[in-house]
Amino acid sequence: MDAQELLRLADDEFILGWRDSEWTGIAPFLEEDVAFSSIAQTEIGHARAWYQLAAVELETDADALAFDRDPDEYACAPLVELRLIDDWAASIARRWLYERADGIRIQALLNSVDRDVAGLAEKIDREEVYHRIHADMWAERLRDHDLFSRAVEDLWPYALGVVSPEQRPLLCHAIGLEEVGAIERGNHTPDLRPLWEEMTMVRRSLPGATW
Amino acid sequence: MVTAKDVWTALAEIPDPEIPVLSLVDLGVVRRVEVTGTRVHVGFTPTFLGCPALEVMQQQMAERIRGLGGEPDVEVLRDEAWSSDRITPAGRRKLEESGFAAPAPREGRTPTLVQLESHGFRCPYCGSSNSRLENLFGPTPCRSIRYCNACRQPFEQFKTV
Repeated sequence: MDAQELLRLADDEFILGWRDSEWTGIAPFLEEDVAFSSIAQTEIGHARAWYQLAAVELETDADALAFDRDPDEYACAPLVELRLIDDWAASIARRWLYERADGIRIQALLNSVDRDVAGLAEKIDREEVYHRIHADMWAERLRDHDLFSRAVEDLWPYALGVVSPEQRPLLCHAIGLEEVGAIERGNHTPDLRPLWEEMTMVRRSLPGATW
Repeated sequence: MVTAKDVWTALAEIPDPEIPVLSLVDLGVVRRVEVTGTRVHVGFTPTFLGCPALEVMQQQMAERIRGLGGEPDVEVLRDEAWSSDRITPAGRRKLEESGFAAPAPREGRTPTLVQLESHGFRCPYCGSSNSRLENLFGPTPCRSIRYCNACRQPFEQFKTV
């Protein structure tokens, strides 16, 4: 698979993992504190696996791809960049929309002719089942709440930008909304740079450090 | 001269860094061992991709092989996904004995919420299946938290993947 395509997958999981981890210690209750922390850990693990595949092709290593690029070089979808830490309804809406979108994308990769990609997609899918159950459970619980419906509506154009144009009808079907103009990858939101500064801080201050 | 059998025996002595009652062989992560002269090739399948124990496992395998006088070549295999069904019967027994509920068989199906919320998950302390799902997620990526209504004891359930 083309390295750029691998980086799109890796960057989505990596940045979302960072965003999810922002709830560690301050989620509305303990069970969700554990859930968001565990989900974040798994997403970052998936990112590492995709980065490792891309690194072979680009002759570098996973850490360099994760931390040594400029913010403009990241290929993530704007959905995962948004800083939603003060908004639980929006954070849940993003998890639900993202997991549905990611599920569609992973399904397509299960049939990849590249055996490493197909094997990794299967592995990731087995772990993501738990993320989807968690997200669906919350979406069901919050379905009739205005805050949640509004958040889903606001994030919908972003969610469409996670998948390719030909996968968007599947996402519309899964979420139950009409297709609108997607917010595409390529232009980053202003939220990415502060996150990048935080997550690359140690790496930039101590180049080559190992531990 | 190191043999494949020596290597399997040595790997069966390496504890999982996070669930030390299990060895790497019990966990089913070692898929093949091939010895050519002094070179020892081990094919290793990662359990959970976000598991920080994976790197420790690889280092420990390499160290053991060096200890046997071999040159380690540990390859991470990505073409086939690890499943909790690969935990050996001995491994499942050891899990239960140390207070972890062993994973339910995957049987080629994806777990669902309905299944996870059902009874049928046996408490490793008292054996009752009157337990409920407390949290899909737990202290490590491989575990969920359940609560036994019979003996009122929370317990960790190894996830089915």
